Order: sequence, then structure tokens, then C-alpha cells
Amino acid sequence: MTVLERTAPAATALSGMVMEDRERFLFRVARKAFADEAVLEEERRKIFDHCWLYLGHGSEIASNCDFLTRQVGGRELVFNRDRGGAVHAFLNSCPHRGATLVREPRGNAISFQCFYHGWAFNVNGRFASRYAEGNYGKDHYEGGCADLVRTPRLEHYRDFYFVNFDANAVSLSDYLAGAKEYIDLVADQGEAGMEIVGGGQNYFIDANWKLLAENSVDGFHGLPTHSTYFDYLQTVGDVRTDDLADGFKGAVHDLGNGHAVIEYPSPWGRPMARWTPAWGEDKREMIEAARARLVKTFGETRGRRMAELSRNMIIFPNLVINDIMAITVRTFHPLAAGRMAVSAWALGVKGEDERLRALRLFNFLEFLGPGGLATPDDVEALECCQRGYKNLREAAWNDISKGMPRGAKARTDDEEQIRCFWREWDRRISGRPQGAPA
Amino acid sequence: MISPPTRAEVEDFLYAEASLLDEWRLSEWFALFAEGAVYQAPTAGAPEDDDPTKSLFYIADDYVRLRERVGRLNKKEAHAEYPRSRVRHMISNVRVTAARADGGDVTCNFVVYRSKNGKVDTYFGHSLYVIDWSGAAWKITSKRVVLDMDTLYPGKLSIVI
Repeated sequence: MTVLERTAPAATALSGMVMEDRERFLFRVARKAFADEAVLEEERRKIFDHCWLYLGHGSEIASNCDFLTRQVGGRELVFNRDRGGAVHAFLNSCPHRGATLVREPRGNAISFQCFYHGWAFNVNGRFASRYAEGNYGKDHYEGGCADLVRTPRLEHYRDFYFVNFDANAVSLSDYLAGAKEYIDLVADQGEAGMEIVGGGQNYFIDANWKLLAENSVDGFHGLPTHSTYFDYLQTVGDVRTDDLADGFKGAVHDLGNGHAVIEYPSPWGRPMARWTPAWGEDKREMIEAARARLVKTFGETRGRRMAELSRNMIIFPNLVINDIMAITVRTFHPLAAGRMAVSAWALGVKGEDERLRALRLFNFLEFLGPGGLATPDDVEALECCQRGYKNLREAAWNDISKGMPRGAKARTDDEEQIRCFWREWDRRISGRPQGAPA
Repeated sequence: MISPPTRAEVEDFLYAEASLLDEWRLSEWFALFAEGAVYQAPTAGAPEDDDPTKSLFYIADDYVRLRERVGRLNKKEAHAEYPRSRVRHMISNVRVTAARADGGDVTCNFVVYRSKNGKVDTYFGHSLYVIDWSGAAWKITSKRVVLDMDTLYPGKLSIVI
């Protein structure tokens, strides 16, 4: 029997922090990657300054002149719709002296004005103040030098808006690669589109941001970490397995560019659209009708897939779209190596029956969020990992090897989807061009 | 007609409730709730009268899920709270905002400290109660915990506020 030493396998070592040995089925990540402020600085320069980062959903600024402020990639941004309905993303700094321009979290306004010296802007970013002659030259008004600064790139896919601070980045569509198919599976659920429901949940975790990227698509931790949640499902009857007889046990898909998804039959009910006894007979007809509509519109295979299967997807580096017992859109940003800010929203079908909407929100909270019956235990696990990394000088490596011997037949409780994330992380940190052999 | 309880009596009830939470006597705490009661916590910054059927909350428990929340927190497998955090509720500014023969609406301010793993979490806000005081044992029919923080700094709402 081979005894595996607890040191790095001698294989690929690009960043020196991700080690993959495909012959010995070993995949290791250095704990330094989670705990070292210098690594975070590298990430800011090589990942957050070049990847497409989720900004928000178009429904959050549904009306012309709606605005909201967001922190994305270490920047303070304004995400808004102008008077003509065009969507913008501005750096939230007054071009004059740099003060935060928009200081309300959200609202509707026909102009923005800096309170410090009173410079004002149209919501399309153009400088709008007019001063008497002698104060400023012509270029100040016409040359755009006093206009709001935009993020270098702003693009959207199916109303999910992303920014990129690299003007030369590939298009969002190319970047999303295989993830588009899975965004479609969510976006197609609403005939009139999808919308963020109410405000979001904003909270902090004392752990490295990549721990949440891993955890959000980690099928392995489900049963051990969340046994009390599964107890709850059993007790209230929010469990059924009768429509899972096809023998499909789930699949892991590498979506390219560090994105990955697990797709699986789940025991819980899905508002769109899988009824469980816990919801009562009175809601059965409504859920069955929603399911029938999906099958009618998209055919038996895709319709049932949308209705019955759950999906956890990570879009590199920091967007999660989990279509599970509800749909959550979640993004997270590092504040320090050991602390992150998390924003999570519920996504629903635009114009859906109010009973379905209520059920969606009720179902969301049974698992998700700071007060859910499961997320707090995830947060605890992540914070425990971060504390454990204090020992990294002696205990230096994480193991992400589960399922490697299964190759392409990875199971959803394997760790292949997490390896997809780390391969891309390693590629970017080590500065290797896309597509170059490892 | 029986006169409504005094503020001191209402305060005694809220202090007793807080004490059960601080001592982790959660099953006894749950027994304070009337059948069909609700327990809710809107997100930080949301309007006080937000509707959990239309907006995302942190917590929107019906009676069954509240029972299950308590059952869960009594288990060792509720990892966020095992080993248990140390908790202390401070209640003040108690007001009876509506009094009926069988019950009334009560508001109070709170600060809750939670300490675990070398860290102190502070939650502050106000609570809105609907209390049924018609019987010998008072019952809570609705409790809404409104955090007055601009965001949820502690990251989790794993204890009962």
C-alpha cells in the first residue's frame, strides 16, 4: 500500500499554490492562498482587474432614472438607467475632488449632484453644472473632462449585468462560455423574464472569498454539514423522490474559463416547478401547471430538467447562481485575506402568481441566508477553515482530490467542479495565457 | 372589562423571554408562542412593515418552522451554535402601542451581544410584538425583530434575537 505523504505532489506548479497530479489522483491547494495578504493583492491585480464581475440584474433598476450603488472588485460603483432607458456603470467618485457622488443605496433621480462643491451630472454621466464665464474653459463642458468616469466595460447576458475593469477583455459572451446554457435554464423560467425580489441580504464572513466559491458548488459537504436541514425536510414533508426514477444521479460540467456547475435531482421542492407535500394540496395545481408550461414550451427533456433538477453554478471568480429550493444570485468580494462581503438576492419569475412568489420566498429562507436553517452552518465551516489556516506553516495543504479516479464520470459529491475553479485561478495567478498547456 | 396590563407587567414578560434565550432554554421559549404564531426578521435597512410574501427577509418562520428552528438549535449538529455562543439580551424602551381586551401590541428596543471564538457580535434594533394576554399564561402571536443596523455585520443570525 502506498502511503501518501502530506506534502505537495510533484506535478504542475504554476502559481506554486495549486498542485495537480493526475497519475496519483492528487489535487492540493496551498492554504497560503487563503491567508496571505500578498496573494490577495495578486488576485486583485490578476483576477478582479481582468475578469467579468457581476454588477447587478436589470430588474433592480427597472424604471428609467433608477439607480443603485454597489461595491464591485474593490471599487464603488453606480449602476443606473438613464432618462432614455440606457444602462450605465459609473465609478462613484466625483470627477472634481473624488468624493462619493451617490450616497444613497438606491433611488430614482434625474440628476446626481455632489454635495461637496455642488457639481451636478445628468444620469447619463454628462457634466450638467453651468458656471459663469471665467470659471472654466470650453473643454470642461464639451470635452468630457468633467463627465463621470465609466467602468471600462459593461455588458449583460439575459439581464445579468457584468463590468470589467480591463478595456481589452474578451466579450462577456465569450467569457461566460458554457455558463450561458445554465443561465438560460434560469432566465427561460419566466415568460416575461426574471426579476430580483425585494432587496438583498448583505452580510460578512470572516473567511477568504474563495472558500465561499468552493462551498457554493460543493456537494460533498451537504449531508455532514446540513444534517439538521435534512431533518427539517423530513419532518415537514418537504421531500419527495418519486419523480426521480429515471436513474439520473446528477452530473458535473466544466463550463470553461473556471466556471462549473453541478446538476442533480434534489429532495426538496422547487417553486419552479416541483411540488412537495409540505406545500399542501392547495398549491399543487399551481405548481403542476407551472411544470406543464415548461414542458410545453421547452419540450419534455428540457422542461423537466428546468422543473425538477437543481443546479449550483460558480461563474469565475465570484458569482454563484444556485437554482435549488429557490433561486439565489450571490456575489462576494474580499475585504482582506480573511474577510469577505457577501450579497445575495432571490430571483423570481416576473409577474408570477403571488402565492408562488410567497412560496418562493418562504422556501428560500428554509435553507439560505444568515437566518436560514443551513447557511449559518456553511458560514461557521468557512470561518473554521480560515482559523485552521493559522497552522499553515506546518499544515500547508488542502485536499481537493475527491473523485479524480472517476475521471469524466465525476459525481456531484466529488470535487471536480472545485478543481475547475482552481485550475483557472492557478492559470491567472501564474500569468499563463488562456489555452496554453499546463 | 379587565384593564390592560401595566407596563411593568409587560416588561416582566419580555425580561423573562430574554432570560430564556440567554440561558438557551429554547423549548421553553418556543412554548411562549401561540399556535399559528410567526417570528420574522426583515433584512437590515428594509422598511419596518415589509411583507415576507413580497420581499426577501432573513427569517420568516411560521409556527412549524419556528418549532423546527428551535429543534435544530437544540442539536449538536447546528454547527454555527455548537459549541453554543454566549448570549445576552438587553431590553429597553418598552411601550404598549395598542391595548385591547384580549391582547396588545408592544414595542421595545434591544441590544443583543453574542460571543464566540474570540469575537463579539452586536445586534441592535427594535422588536414588534403582538401578545395575547387573555389567558393565565401570556402568548406571543407575532414577533418581528427589526435590525436597525445598516447591514448585518456579524454575518449570521444563527441565534434567536
